[in-house]
Amino acid sequence: MATVPKQIEIGSDYKEKYGFSVPEDYIFKAKRGLNPEIVKEISWMKKEPEWMLKMRLRSLEIFRKKPMPTWGADLSVIDFENIFYYLKASDKQSKTWEDLPPDIKKTYDRLGVPEAERKFLAGVSAQYESEVVYHSLHEELSKKGVIFTDTDSALRDHPELFKEYFGTIIPPADNKFAALNTAVWSGGSFIYVPKGVRVDIPLQAYFRINAENMGQFERTLIICDEGSFVHYIEGCTAPIYTTDSLHSAVVEIIVKKNARCRYTTIQNWSTNVYNLVTKRALAYADATMEWVDGNLGSQITMKYPSVYLMEPGAKGDVLSVAFAGKGQHQDAGGKMIHVAPNTTSTITSKSISKGGGRTSYRGHIKMYPDAKNSKSFVKCDALLLDDQSRSDTYPYNDVDAENVTLGHEATVSKVSDEQLFYLMSRGITRNEAETMIVNGFIEPFTKELPLEYAVELNRLIQLEMEGSVG
Amino acid sequence: MADFEIRDLRASVDGKEILKGVTLAINKGEVHAVMGPNGSGKSTLSHTLMGHPGYTVDGGTVTFKGKNVLELEVDERARLGMFLALQYPVVVPGISMTNFLRTALNAKRGYDGKDKSKMISPKEFRSMLKGELEVLHMDDSFLPRYINDGFSGGEKKRAEILQMAMLKPEIAILDETDSGLDIDSIKFVAEAVNRMRGPELGVLIITHYTRILEFIKPDFVHVLVDGKFVLSGGPEIANRLEKTGYSEWAEADESAVLKPEEIA
Repeated sequence: MATVPKQIEIGSDYKEKYGFSVPEDYIFKAKRGLNPEIVKEISWMKKEPEWMLKMRLRSLEIFRKKPMPTWGADLSVIDFENIFYYLKASDKQSKTWEDLPPDIKKTYDRLGVPEAERKFLAGVSAQYESEVVYHSLHEELSKKGVIFTDTDSALRDHPELFKEYFGTIIPPADNKFAALNTAVWSGGSFIYVPKGVRVDIPLQAYFRINAENMGQFERTLIICDEGSFVHYIEGCTAPIYTTDSLHSAVVEIIVKKNARCRYTTIQNWSTNVYNLVTKRALAYADATMEWVDGNLGSQITMKYPSVYLMEPGAKGDVLSVAFAGKGQHQDAGGKMIHVAPNTTSTITSKSISKGGGRTSYRGHIKMYPDAKNSKSFVKCDALLLDDQSRSDTYPYNDVDAENVTLGHEATVSKVSDEQLFYLMSRGITRNEAETMIVNGFIEPFTKELPLEYAVELNRLIQLEMEGSVG
Repeated sequence: MADFEIRDLRASVDGKEILKGVTLAINKGEVHAVMGPNGSGKSTLSHTLMGHPGYTVDGGTVTFKGKNVLELEVDERARLGMFLALQYPVVVPGISMTNFLRTALNAKRGYDGKDKSKMISPKEFRSMLKGELEVLHMDDSFLPRYINDGFSGGEKKRAEILQMAMLKPEIAILDETDSGLDIDSIKFVAEAVNRMRGPELGVLIITHYTRILEFIKPDFVHVLVDGKFVLSGGPEIANRLEKTGYSEWAEADESAVLKPEEIA
């Protein structure tokens, strides 16, 4: 017999590469559970202004009043009282990796973040549990007036800019999890790119959960002033625990006239994490907002990055990939809200389900009466790798404008025997052939990533594919 | 014992018996042609030899390098040294031909994602690819394109031949490689195969028409009718078929020569 490659167990392999944990050694760990005292404690720890504390407490009320959404994935199992809402692992933010507490430094070394920074990033933010523990930005960018900092520091150091935009794009009452995030938010990135400044090399934030039953609630605000450009990349991983963790972020973005913002996510949470994220951008005249959204990990993800096309010529793009393996439900998609005339949007969704995993595309295209001559195109392709897996499409279209174009295409396919036979007839194993077909399927997504991330994503897919064979 | 031996091979598709006992011995260095009318079992023979899951083996053995090939997975057969040039090469979107060739070559060399010393180096791969393209008089324009995606009929067949040249099989099965090709493409494929001919390669050409055999001279010709060989012999059999077609055996009076209007 020819040699059969050894199969990797996805669980153990994820564990080795991302799913490890280091001992908990915290400066401060709030008690389990959610109540006004915890919220006050978080705000006190951060020495926040009064208005922020009030906003947090008001948001907690909204969270309490709003019912759990039942229109998407099953969230009934989340026990909000069993979660730690605030964990601080280091008493200061470091400017060098060496300054970090050893266990935290070791974690990021293993994840390869310092190496990536040296090779191809203009700035890095590393969030560990609730706080950003490391931060850097190329000097020439700070000289040009670019601000890239953690959101807590921004509240302290740039109060006017902060207050002008914070919570205006996604108000606390927008949805239950936006309210939760506003009540207990901590960390996240704050970016301001001044007029006409192009940040040609990506900025990256790396989000890491280490503790069990952790809730991570980062809050990100990006402001691209007129004619500017920035590419922001986020990655996230966590150890594998048998009990659930919660990640519920809010990301608000303003893209002003002629500016362009690209926001890339490679979400690779361990499969005990509930990932419930609200992401929204406002795009003004001739501005472009691009969401490049990859979802590989988590137990449940609900995430629909959206763009409000506010002024003529605004353009919105969502390009998303979801991979759902055993026990996973990826409920993802996008929303395009056309407010002004001559606006365009595209949503391209690619999903892969394997080993009983479930993917759903959920999208909303809204065209207000003023959105004359606007165009939107939605394309959803689903690939099922076996008969136990499932894929659904929920497109909602709401058109109140005249003279608009709206296109929708959806396909569901299986890995074909003919493709497998063809690749295998060249000596390629079944597993590798399937991986090639899947990587080929998501190639329209991968080719939009910086090379290093494309390679990493293909490797992650390979791990996912190997895992479910055994 | 021949290098590659098919003994009493029987196979069916969807419960219908197609191959009714095929026996054939191929030695490296030989070129065999299997000819037959439509529905005689030609494609079933090629696909069964390579292990396509749509074909059920009902009996017989195929022995190659001391192994019963019929018990091996498709990829194991390929790594053992078998190659099938498909009549209809399959489109695989998102994967470049270069990537495909490199992956196949690495698989052939025993690389399973672990032992990097078995991988072909980028430099070695490039020079090998360049060499084969030169020998085949092919340009490299289709290499960045996705596997067979948007390829013309001629390009697909050229790409199959390039894969064969790169993978250097010991037993190559060409399944109706001439179908749908214009005369220039047939000549191209034939020349390429002729260049690869040698003591290390046994070839099985499966075809309906005699035309490709004008350019690749077979050492042996076998006529397949209703799942069985009805005649085996030297190249003279092709000449006989050219004149009389398959009317001697088949109910349908099928010609073995393309009518002028059928030539692409």
